[in-house]
Amino acid sequence: MVDIPYEGIRGIPPAEVPDVELYHPRSWWTRYVFSQDAKVIAIQYSLTATAIGLVALVLSWLMRLQLGFPGTFSFIDANQYLQFITMHGMIMVIYLLTALFLGGFGNYLIPLMVGARDMVFPYVNMLSYWVYLLAVLVLASTFFVPGGPTGAGWTLYPPQAILSGTPGQDWGIILMMSSLILFIIGFTMGGLNYVVTVLQARTRGMTLMRLPLTVWGIFTATVMALLAFPALFVASVMLLLDRLLGTSFFMPSLVEMGTLSKYGGGSPLLFQHLFWFFGHPEVYIVALPAFGIVSDLISTHARKNIFGYRMMVWAIVAIGALSFIVWAHHMYVSGMFPQFGYFFATTTLIIAIPTAIKVYNWVLTLWRGDIHLTVPMLFALGFIITFVNGGLTGLFLGNVVVDVPLSDTMFVVAHFHMVMGVAPIMVVLGAIYHWYPKVTGRMLNEALGKFHFWVTFLGAYLIFFPMHYLGLLGVPRRYFELGDATFIPSSAHSLNAFISVVALTVGFSQLVFLFNLAWSLFKGEASGGNPWRATTLEWQTPETPPGHGNWGKELPVVYRWAYDYSVPGAAEDFIPQNQPPRATQLVQGAAS
Amino acid sequence: MSAVILFLTVLAVIAGWWLSQQRLTAKPWLEEGPAGDFPGGDAMAWPAAKVGLGVFLAVASALFVLFISAYSMRMSVVDWRPLPVPRLLWVNTGVLVLSSVALQWSYVAARRHDTEGVIIGLLAGGASAVIFLAGQLLAWQRLGAAGYFVASNPANSFFYLLTAVHGLHLTGGLVALGRTSAKMWRGAEIAEMRLSVELCAIYWHFLLLVWLVLLGLLTGWTDDFVNICRQLLS
Amino acid sequence: MAVALILLLVAIGSVLFHIYSPWWWTPIATNWAYIDHTINITFWITGFVFVAVIAFMAYCVFRFHHKEGRRADYNPENKRLEWWLSVGTGVGVAAMLAPGLVVWHQFVTVPADATEVEVMGQQWQWSFRLPGKDGRLGTSDVRNIASDNPMGLNRDDAHAQDDVVIESGELHLQVGKPVKVLLRSVDVLHDFYVPEFRAKMDMVPGMVTYFWMTPIRTGTFDVLCAELCGAAHYQMRAKVIVDEEGEYHAWLDQQKTFAELSPAKAVVKATYQSGGK
Ligand code: HEM
Ligand SMILES: [Cu+2]
Ligand SMILES: [Cu+2]
Repeated sequence: MVDIPYEGIRGIPPAEVPDVELYHPRSWWTRYVFSQDAKVIAIQYSLTATAIGLVALVLSWLMRLQLGFPGTFSFIDANQYLQFITMHGMIMVIYLLTALFLGGFGNYLIPLMVGARDMVFPYVNMLSYWVYLLAVLVLASTFFVPGGPTGAGWTLYPPQAILSGTPGQDWGIILMMSSLILFIIGFTMGGLNYVVTVLQARTRGMTLMRLPLTVWGIFTATVMALLAFPALFVASVMLLLDRLLGTSFFMPSLVEMGTLSKYGGGSPLLFQHLFWFFGHPEVYIVALPAFGIVSDLISTHARKNIFGYRMMVWAIVAIGALSFIVWAHHMYVSGMFPQFGYFFATTTLIIAIPTAIKVYNWVLTLWRGDIHLTVPMLFALGFIITFVNGGLTGLFLGNVVVDVPLSDTMFVVAHFHMVMGVAPIMVVLGAIYHWYPKVTGRMLNEALGKFHFWVTFLGAYLIFFPMHYLGLLGVPRRYFELGDATFIPSSAHSLNAFISVVALTVGFSQLVFLFNLAWSLFKGEASGGNPWRATTLEWQTPETPPGHGNWGKELPVVYRWAYDYSVPGAAEDFIPQNQPPRATQLVQGAAS
Repeated sequence: MSAVILFLTVLAVIAGWWLSQQRLTAKPWLEEGPAGDFPGGDAMAWPAAKVGLGVFLAVASALFVLFISAYSMRMSVVDWRPLPVPRLLWVNTGVLVLSSVALQWSYVAARRHDTEGVIIGLLAGGASAVIFLAGQLLAWQRLGAAGYFVASNPANSFFYLLTAVHGLHLTGGLVALGRTSAKMWRGAEIAEMRLSVELCAIYWHFLLLVWLVLLGLLTGWTDDFVNICRQLLS
Repeated sequence: MAVALILLLVAIGSVLFHIYSPWWWTPIATNWAYIDHTINITFWITGFVFVAVIAFMAYCVFRFHHKEGRRADYNPENKRLEWWLSVGTGVGVAAMLAPGLVVWHQFVTVPADATEVEVMGQQWQWSFRLPGKDGRLGTSDVRNIASDNPMGLNRDDAHAQDDVVIESGELHLQVGKPVKVLLRSVDVLHDFYVPEFRAKMDMVPGMVTYFWMTPIRTGTFDVLCAELCGAAHYQMRAKVIVDEEGEYHAWLDQQKTFAELSPAKAVVKATYQSGGK
């Protein structure tokens, strides 16, 4: 399509949003370290999350070594195993995925995609990162304190979490809860930014229905997180008081190592309700940004508009709302009032419907597309497979009575790794290959990328698909060693060894990726501003990487939705959102 | 958890109402052209800080409602012995009301461009908030002296916990109030300060409301009220 | 196209793995075959969806991957198609949910003729208790726990005196008799888990939880703990032995009641009290 200068059409004035007083870095320190620029904060978030995520990855190797070859590695004992699973789970879910999707991708993409100069409260945004960093450091410090990190499981269930039968019941658990509290405070600061920026700082013409799904996903997830994290906050504070001051919020009268404890009357189930009131939405806090991002990856690389955009938006909103009334599906065998089972099974399975619609729309977008099998596209396809797989096994666990035999077995471990471990990681990796050119101005190496994809995708599938069957067999989770149980055949041990070998392979193959990231930064092919020929605003910045303030002198004006790919009659197979319509096309839409 | 569900329902209604104004059923691919052609769906007109405060109040309410949910679930266990609410709390409540009124006054003055009124209101509001906090500490001290310790009964634990959380929120507010007052003091343009004063006032009213709810809970009035509701429902 | 083929192979491979997997659930030992049936229904429905979605995706990749000159269709939505897919999904979901809820109803409805058995968990061992001659379990409290009263039974409760207390870590059950398993913990969460029984439930200190079942075949089964309970969680084992009626009674006769296990003084006191009433 030919570029038409502004004045050519209907004299639309350029955006006259009064330039917000943009903060200006004065020194190297305020430019790169204590920066208030969302793009810098995004990178800080991403690097920190990746660093602590690598710790969690190493922990998973240690766990897999133990599970695959029990008794071989004398440096792992039962206590440490529990500490490893706890730290691994907590880091992966909260400090890696939540922080990366919202703090990393959210910070980078929201202002650019909605056409803003920055987040609306840059100072608070900066604080958010530093509090997050503090939370990460406090968490990491538990590896070095007396007694080590807590081994209570990432669910931190009392009474066990704060009693002496559990490793890390002194410093470990206290610091863990302190770190969570810090994380939540930091996140709330950031979250206010993401939400208000979407609400208030969209550029002219950027109506809600013109937002890319990435923004919809991150926005909805942030709203959910803002409402769900307080539950974890409440639970952590109360558990901390139980531990430090001897209150009995969650602690019933009990015998601790042979002596009657000082506690009495508290309710362990109360903690579980609070925890899962946060914990279930948390699953979608990780999933919704992934949903949004993957929609954009698929659309861009299949050169086709996302199929059923409106349904996609409604589904995101519906999933966000529904996910607040399903929390007790994690508690079917917790001993709660059994009649709740009917309600929570029903709501849980209802969520499957909007979720399924999203899956259909992703694959329908491929239909009659022009599919470029780029690395981001491959990761998107990998995401669909792993997500469908994990989503479907979710139907087992959500259906009360089916959950009874499967809960707390390796089936659960396989399920949640597939759906909220592997699937979102696929999206994270795909998104990095997709947006790296915008962040750095250089492409990642494609051959290395493809290698990385196949090893990671097939490997992860080989790790977690067979694991379901161990769970079906009855192998429980959080077991240091299976010991001898007549129902476990020796073939199960061989399978465990196989899984461990694959896990190590997949783990080490990530070095290729890290190498690619570092190498391409200097040696990668120059990408230009819009290497994927994408429509959304972040690709239309005057500079790449985008400069401070994102847009040069004038904010962009948006004329169309985010998915004008392969519009009939248009010369190119994409029309950027800020491209004004041709005068003749003004009244009539392109097609329907 | 019924309190939380109720709260979320209210939020969902508000969000749903707002979304219904955003033309979520429009077919965006048919709507090519500048935004003005399609009314609705523009960014919010409110200043960012005000939207931000609104969102923050929703988060803070979620926090308090969750504490309240926990309270009501824990309360039903037999070991619960309600503690006598110190008289002092009534005085404190009065002080907090005064504080709110003072800030409202300040806001009204700001609209009337009455610099002196604004400063007086802010200072009075800040001072009475500090007195309120001191009063709360005094109430703690009296309870402690009377043998009601944090860990001796869940009712006590919740009393200290809820008042502490409320107090911390107020302390946070005092920081914002302090910054606003300092700016006023240094002679900032009143038109620039109007928003800050308004936001302080809103936050204060919110904390007053939260305090009244907590007070109702701690004195057991809400309890009676909820019981009546339960009976009506079942 | 290699990519399309690999994607398809992932789906086919998964199905084949499912069919030929040597790892499958243990032979069932209780009436909860219903649960297995529900799982099977779920496998059929989800398996179909899984293969359908991935096969479709693989086909798209095969058929529509980029070639010189290809241009994608412009196709924002298709209300009818989306509508049908949603309805179809709804039906599939209902087909899984309905049997699930029916079986859940059975699961939470304990038959009147079920006899009670108590399982108590503590770090990291199991104790069991049977109601004894009077058919009722006596009350208990963690405050009563002492070395001579590991289950914390109430000495003043007459019903507790004849309760059979089993500390050996082997519980016997009679085949064909429904039992209501009452679950209790004195320290942290545990979960009484016998894979062959399918049923399981957490044990929560301060509460008594339960499930019920009818053993349908004799045998010896491993008891595991399925809720993380601290360092030796993985070693918390016991055995359940399902017997024919005769063997069961032979075993039961050898067991000691609470009164027999208690020091003499306590017994006297207890008989005195119950006698006095
Ligand atoms: C290839 C990568 C990974 C491997 C090999 C791996 C392996 C493991 C293993 C062996 C366990 C312990 C199972 C048990 O004994 O119960 C575990 C637990 C867990 N993993 Fe991963 N994991 C990986 C990635 C992830 C990711 C990306 C997430 C993010 C959601 C995640 C979340 C968790 C959680 C939440 C737990 C449960 C911890 C607990 O039981 O408290 N993992 N993982
Ligand atoms: Cu959930
Ligand atoms: Cu255990």
